[in-house]
Amino acid sequence: MRYHRWFSPWVLVVPALAWLLVFNLWPSINTVILSFTNAKPIGGGTFVGLKNFEALLHDEQLRYALLNSVIYMIVCLPFLTIVPLGLAVLVEKKLPGITFFRTAFYTPVVASAVVVALIWQWILDDRGLVNGMAEKLGVISGPLPFLSDQWLLLFSAISLTIWKGLGYYMIIYLAALGNVGRELHEAAAVDGASAFRRFTNITIPGVRGTMILIAILISVSALRVFSELFILSGGNGGPGGRDSSVVMLIQQYSQGFEGNLGYASALSIVLFFVTVVPMLALARLNKKAADA
Amino acid sequence: MTVVTEPARPVAVPDETGAANGRRRRRKGGTFGFNTVSPREKVVRYVLLVFVLLITIGPFLWQLSTSLKGSGEDIYTRIPRLLPAQPTLSHYAAVADTIPVWDYMRNSLQVAVLVVGGNIVGSSLAGFALSRLQFKGRKLVLGLFLATLVLPGEVTIISQYVTVREFGLANTLFGVALPGMIGALNVLLMYNAFRSLPVEVDQAAIVDGANVWQRFVYIGLPSVRGTISVVAIFAFIGAWDDFLWPLIVLTDPDKYTLTVGLQYLSGTFSNNPRLIAAGTMIAFIPIVIVFATLQRFFFKGVEEGAVKG
Repeated sequence: MRYHRWFSPWVLVVPALAWLLVFNLWPSINTVILSFTNAKPIGGGTFVGLKNFEALLHDEQLRYALLNSVIYMIVCLPFLTIVPLGLAVLVEKKLPGITFFRTAFYTPVVASAVVVALIWQWILDDRGLVNGMAEKLGVISGPLPFLSDQWLLLFSAISLTIWKGLGYYMIIYLAALGNVGRELHEAAAVDGASAFRRFTNITIPGVRGTMILIAILISVSALRVFSELFILSGGNGGPGGRDSSVVMLIQQYSQGFEGNLGYASALSIVLFFVTVVPMLALARLNKKAADA
Repeated sequence: MTVVTEPARPVAVPDETGAANGRRRRRKGGTFGFNTVSPREKVVRYVLLVFVLLITIGPFLWQLSTSLKGSGEDIYTRIPRLLPAQPTLSHYAAVADTIPVWDYMRNSLQVAVLVVGGNIVGSSLAGFALSRLQFKGRKLVLGLFLATLVLPGEVTIISQYVTVREFGLANTLFGVALPGMIGALNVLLMYNAFRSLPVEVDQAAIVDGANVWQRFVYIGLPSVRGTISVVAIFAFIGAWDDFLWPLIVLTDPDKYTLTVGLQYLSGTFSNNPRLIAAGTMIAFIPIVIVFATLQRFFFKGVEEGAVKG
């Protein structure tokens, strides 16, 4: 039995649905359409067939971008799945002042990626904090080119992403820890299990589902990285543009007279497939683990 | 849309079991004695907490310190000094002389207010209808919202720009705000929140003759204030921090938001770290104040299950 007129629910849903259709669904379809054209940022564009996709195959910058993305993902995955869990366990107990620590650990998440990247740019500067202290301690004789060497720049951006992500995944784990039965911990403690044993045998299995979700989130966001690399490289993708990410290339082709929205759309389709693969792989892993 | 899928936002998945209630029950059931911490463990915990604190907050303090150091002061000194020897606020004024930073702040605020308002209204209306009202097509609509979560916002950002351009909103602040004004994720968050309300409450209201709108305003909304604040906080942070989307939409330096303006500043005056430090603090301090004042709603939302793992 219904207690409302047939159109009442639709009146409430329509604004959100309209947004979904106009700003999510239609752009998804239009991305595919645009990828077969040579549309310019100013407008216009004609059908060019598979030309953009052929160009993708010969795009050296794209090859570097994909390599960078894979490295990004491989380095971020272990750090960001494990360290935030430790942090969540650390802030779980309601000690005096814990709210302050939780808020403080979350601050890098709240700050804009642009802000934190500019802060790190200064810290990693040739004459910045890290190089200055390392030289003072005699670890290095000259400044390390964190921001101008292809690999150092990439790893600087990766460390920045890890640092910025810690608090975010910590909070997700913290919510999950609330679901791990306290009774189990108590029983194990009574049986004489050490804190470490309880962590490996109760906490980790208890948050396994969350861990896989977090692994998916990390992989996808590693492949989508933009601001960190953009700012640290001064907007040009480092030496020879070799420190670009796929999103940076998309942005690069979205602007100015040199821009090509058709090619940027083809890159977007590459990005879609690249991000879907780890998602599906990890979701499968999750299912397998649940079946076992 | 980038504002919506901003990574700073925990992901929520509607679940079938009303886990929030179960969680609260369990928490109450916990034995008190187990929660006490031995003095030794306490010390270890605080030492670790302070260590992590230095890592997470240290860089911000260093930037703040740089922004306050006098022009005559050597900021490159080998022995880093956290406290400025000649503290000055002059670099903050100098930022405003270099770029119209206060205009940029107003632009960012305008975008953020539109995005917050749109999300509160749009997602609570849709979330209420999807969870409390039976109608044909409900499952389909819900499925559509869920499906978009899989799509990274960057994939559609180019054609989204084309759409905004067709509306004649390229290079406008409204164009920056528009696509993010109702996020699919927020609709699902609100949907989830409204679901935890017992059906009997609705039925009682129906018996009393309350119509859909009255049930939404007097029964629905008051019970989901926690989730609304989480939606509002993240919509604000997402809009304020967003960089890629305004960078694509805005071409005119007068219309830049703070993040794009900061990048512009660092491009023009990269030789004075004090200025850039002051600029970053101007963008950073408001968001910290917003988050610090509202954090108890945020962490309460986390405990109530607005943020799900």
